[in-house]
Amino acid sequence: MSDLTNQSLHEIIEKIKTKKISSLELTNNYIKNIKTAKKLNTFVTTTFEHALEKAKEFDKKPNYEQLLPGIPLAVKDLFCTQDVKTTAGSNILNNFIPSYESTVTKNLWNNGAFLLGKLNCDEFAMGSSNETSFFGNVINPVGDKLVPGGSSGGSSAALAADLTPATIGTDTGGSIRQPASFTGTVGLKPTYGLCSRWGIVAFASSLDQAGPMTKNIIDSAIMLEAMCGFDEKDSTSIKKNKEPYSKNLKDNVKGLKIGIPKEYRVDNMPKEVDELWEKGKKILKDLGAEIINISLPHTKYALPTYYIVAPAEASSNLARYDGVRYGFRSKKDEDLIQMYENTRSEGFGDEVKRRILIGTYVLSSGYYDAYYLKAQKVRQLIKKDFDENFKKVDAILTPSTPSSAFEIGEKTNDPVSMYLNDIFTVPVNLAGLPALSLPAGVDQKGYPLGLQLIGKALDEQKILNIGYAFEKNCGFQSQIKKWWS
Amino acid sequence: MSKEKFDYFINGEKGKYEVVIGLEVHAQILSNSKLFSGSSTKFGGDPNNQVSLIDSAFPGMLPVINEECVKQAVRTGLGLNAKINNFSVFDRKNYFYADLPQGYQISQYKNPIVGEGKVLLDMPYGSKEIGIERLHLEQDAGKSIHDMDPSNTYVDLNRSGIALMEIVSKPDLRSPEEVNVYIKKLRSIMRYLGTCDGNMQEGSLRADVNVSVRKEGDKNFGTRCEIKNVNSIKFMQMAIEYEATRQVELIENGKGIDQETRLFDTKKNETRSMRSKEDAHDYRYFPDPDLLPLKLEQKLIDDLKKSLPELPDKKKERFIKEYGLNAYEANVLVSEKEISDYYEEVAKLSDKKLAATWMMGDLFAMLNDRGLDISKSPISAKHFAELVQSIKSGEISGRIAKEVFEIMVESGENPKKIIESKGMKQQSDPKELEKMINEIISKNKDKVDQYKAGKEKLFGFFVGQVMKLSGGKANPQLTNEILKKLLKN
Repeated sequence: MSDLTNQSLHEIIEKIKTKKISSLELTNNYIKNIKTAKKLNTFVTTTFEHALEKAKEFDKKPNYEQLLPGIPLAVKDLFCTQDVKTTAGSNILNNFIPSYESTVTKNLWNNGAFLLGKLNCDEFAMGSSNETSFFGNVINPVGDKLVPGGSSGGSSAALAADLTPATIGTDTGGSIRQPASFTGTVGLKPTYGLCSRWGIVAFASSLDQAGPMTKNIIDSAIMLEAMCGFDEKDSTSIKKNKEPYSKNLKDNVKGLKIGIPKEYRVDNMPKEVDELWEKGKKILKDLGAEIINISLPHTKYALPTYYIVAPAEASSNLARYDGVRYGFRSKKDEDLIQMYENTRSEGFGDEVKRRILIGTYVLSSGYYDAYYLKAQKVRQLIKKDFDENFKKVDAILTPSTPSSAFEIGEKTNDPVSMYLNDIFTVPVNLAGLPALSLPAGVDQKGYPLGLQLIGKALDEQKILNIGYAFEKNCGFQSQIKKWWS
Repeated sequence: MSKEKFDYFINGEKGKYEVVIGLEVHAQILSNSKLFSGSSTKFGGDPNNQVSLIDSAFPGMLPVINEECVKQAVRTGLGLNAKINNFSVFDRKNYFYADLPQGYQISQYKNPIVGEGKVLLDMPYGSKEIGIERLHLEQDAGKSIHDMDPSNTYVDLNRSGIALMEIVSKPDLRSPEEVNVYIKKLRSIMRYLGTCDGNMQEGSLRADVNVSVRKEGDKNFGTRCEIKNVNSIKFMQMAIEYEATRQVELIENGKGIDQETRLFDTKKNETRSMRSKEDAHDYRYFPDPDLLPLKLEQKLIDDLKKSLPELPDKKKERFIKEYGLNAYEANVLVSEKEISDYYEEVAKLSDKKLAATWMMGDLFAMLNDRGLDISKSPISAKHFAELVQSIKSGEISGRIAKEVFEIMVESGENPKKIIESKGMKQQSDPKELEKMINEIISKNKDKVDQYKAGKEKLFGFFVGQVMKLSGGKANPQLTNEILKKLLKN
C-alpha cells in the first residue's frame, strides 16, 4: 500500500484520478498518521468512521469531475459540522453538536471531499499561538517546544505533519497567515465576503474570513475554488461568479508592479526577516516584475484599531453563550444573573474574557466616540492607504510575521507582545483585502518564515499567480522530521 | 359644530399643571415571516414551534433582512406623512435576558428607516397635529413565562425576531384623551395600510409612555418618567393620570422628580419605579457588522407611495364632499377601514345621509352590545341599504324600522320580506287616512270643539288615535297634514 500523505493535494488528486490509490487507502493512511501524532494535539474530534464510509462510497461510485474527488479533509473546529461536535476551542461549547453544516464545509463536501476530523484552535479564534484553547495547546511539528501559530494552529500543524492533505482556517487578524508562516505552509485569506460566514462560529463579524491552508499554491487555488461562492444566507457575501483559480493559474509576473511598503520595516525585527524580504523582492524582480517603494502611512495605527474593533464585535457576538439554550451551563445556577455569571466565568478562558472586557469597555457610553468610533474612522484611512496604492501597484509584498515560531509559554503572560505578532497581518483584515502567506525560507534556528502578498479586493487570482511564480523560483521547501512518531 | 375648549390640567394647590406626553409605540409588522429569518409569525402557536436557528441564536447563524418588512415600514412611514430615509443602519442593542437569545436586539439607532412625520387628531376642540419623531425597525424579544412553575421560568421564542416598528412621537400629547385618539388614529392608519393588525390583546400594539408635568404656561419641559410596555389604551390613560398626579404632588411638596423607568401595576392602578437613571442599561449600541446598511432606491419608495390605499384623512374629506356628511359623521365612518367600506356599500344603494345616521345609531349600538366588529355584523350592507331605502321612500316609519331592524338582526332576513310578511308597510294612502281621521273626528266631537276653541295640545291626542287605529302604520307626516286640514273644517 503506497503512502501518499507526504504529497500535496493536487498530486494526491492526480493519483486518485489515475487510480494509483483509492480514497479508502488514502483515508486509512491519514488515520494512521493521525493516530501516531497524538502528541501534537491537533485534533479535538476525529470522524474516522464517517470518513471511511465516505471513502468506500466514493470508491464504489467515483466522480472524478469534482474538484476534491474522494479527499479526506480535517477542518478547524470553528466551522459548524452537522452532527459532529463543534467547540470553537472553548469549554462553553464543549458539548455542542450542530444540526447544520457551515456553507464553506458544505461546499467542500459538495466538491467530493469528506470530513476527517475537527482541528484544535485558539478559543473562539482569539490567539496567535493556539495556547488559549480549552483543549490544550498544539505543538508545532517544526519543533516540540514551538507554538504552531494561531488561531488556526491545529490546522497549520496538522497540515505540516501530513495529517490532512489540505485544510481550512479562519482569519480575523492573521489567523491563517501567521500559523502558515510558522509551519512553512501556504495560507490564503480571501477578500472579505468571498467565502460565506454562515455556520462559522463568529469572532469579529466584519473581519472574519475563511480560507485555505495548503502545502503549495496550486492546492490553495483548488481549495479556494471549492470553498468560496455567493451565499444568500450571509448578507455580507459578495455576489459574483466563481473563478476557476487553479485552471487559470499562471507563473508569469512580467511587468507586474510589486509595492514594498516602508512602514513594514519595524524596530527589533530579526535580520533574517529583512533578508528574506530582500530575497523575495529579488526573485520577483528577476522574473520581470517591477519593484516600487510605497507608503501606507496609517499602518502603525492598524494594531490598536484592530484591538478595538475586533473585541467590540466579539463582546457582542459572544453574548449568545449564556447557558440558556445550548452549550455549557454552570451547576451554580440558582437565579438568572448567577447562572449567566457562573456559566460565562467557568465557560470562557482568560483571553476570551480579556477581549470581552475590552470590547464592552470600548462600546460603553462615554467611551464609544473615543474608541470605537475613532477606530472605525482610522479603519477607513487604512483602507484608503491601500486603495490609493493599488492604483499604482498590482500587489504588495511584506513579511508575514515579525518573527518565526516562538516557544510555548514564551508570550502567554504578555498579551501585548502576543498581539504584536499580528502587526503585518491585521491591516489586511481591516481593509477586507486578500492576502497570501508563502513559505520563503528559515531563520537562524531553522524555523520557517513566510512572506505576505497582498492584493486588491477580489484579486485572488493575481496574488495566487505571483505566489505560484515565486514558489517555483524560491527554491525553498519546508522540511519537517517526523520526530513525534 | 360648537367647539369646546381644551381643558385637561392637574389642579394642585399652587396652580394648574399641564401634562406632557410622548409615546413610543411598538407595532408588530404584518408579514408572514420574521424580520431576519423565515420563521412564521402566526400568533398563538405551540411554544417554541416557530423558531429557527437564527431566532434562537445558534453559533454561526446570520440575519438576512426580510424585504417585505422593510416595505411595510416604508408604507407606514408614508402613511404618517413622514420622510423615508434612503439610507438606514441596523444596530445592536446589547443586554442580557433569557428571552433575548442573541444577547442583543437588532434595532436602528442613529439612522432609522423613517424620519419626521405627523398625525392629525380630531379633537372636540379642533384639529391637532402630533409630530412623529421617527419610525425604526427592530426585532421583538421572546417571552419569559414566570407563572407556569413555582421555581422555574419558561421561555417561549415564537415571538423572538418578529419585526416591530417603533413609532416615536414628539412630546405633543397633552391629555389621556389625546393619547386615546392618537393610538386609535395610528392603529387606523396601519390597518388601512395593512402593516399592523393593531391587536392590543395579542400584543401586536403596545407602548412606552413618557410623562412629565409643568405649570400652565411654562415653556420648559419637566423631568419625565417613562412607563414601560403598557398594552391597552385604558391602562395608558390610567397610568398617565396616576403618574401626572404623582409628579404634581412631588413638585408641590418641594421634591424633585427623578428621571426613571416605571412600571404600571394594573391591579393596584399605580406606577412604581423599575430602575433609576443611574441604573439605566448601557446598551452599547453599535452598527451590526452582520448586516449591510439598508439602501432604498427612490423608485421603490415612489412605487410604494403610488400603491398606497386611500387613508382616513383623505377619505374623510371625500366623505364630506361626496356624501354630504358633516365632519363628525365622516370622522366616525372612516375610523376603521371596514366601517368605511360598509358605509360606502350602503351609501351606493340608499340615501347617503340617512344611511350615516342609521349606521351610527342603531347599527353601532347593536354591534357594541354584542361586542361585534362590523365585519361580523348580522346585517349585510345590502340589507341595511334596503332598510334605509324603505324608510326614505316612506314605505315604513322610523318606529317600524326599528322593529324591522330587530327582526333582521335575529333572522338575517332581508327587510322587504319582513315588512311584507308581517304587514308592516306604512299607511300612506291619503284617502284611506282621511277616512280613518273622519271616523275619529266624528267619534270625538267634544275634543274637536275644545281644539277649535284653542286647546291646541289636543292635536297629539288625535295623532295618537290615528296611530292606534292604524296599528302604528300611518305615515306620520301625512297624518299631520290631513289632521290639520280636517280639524280646521
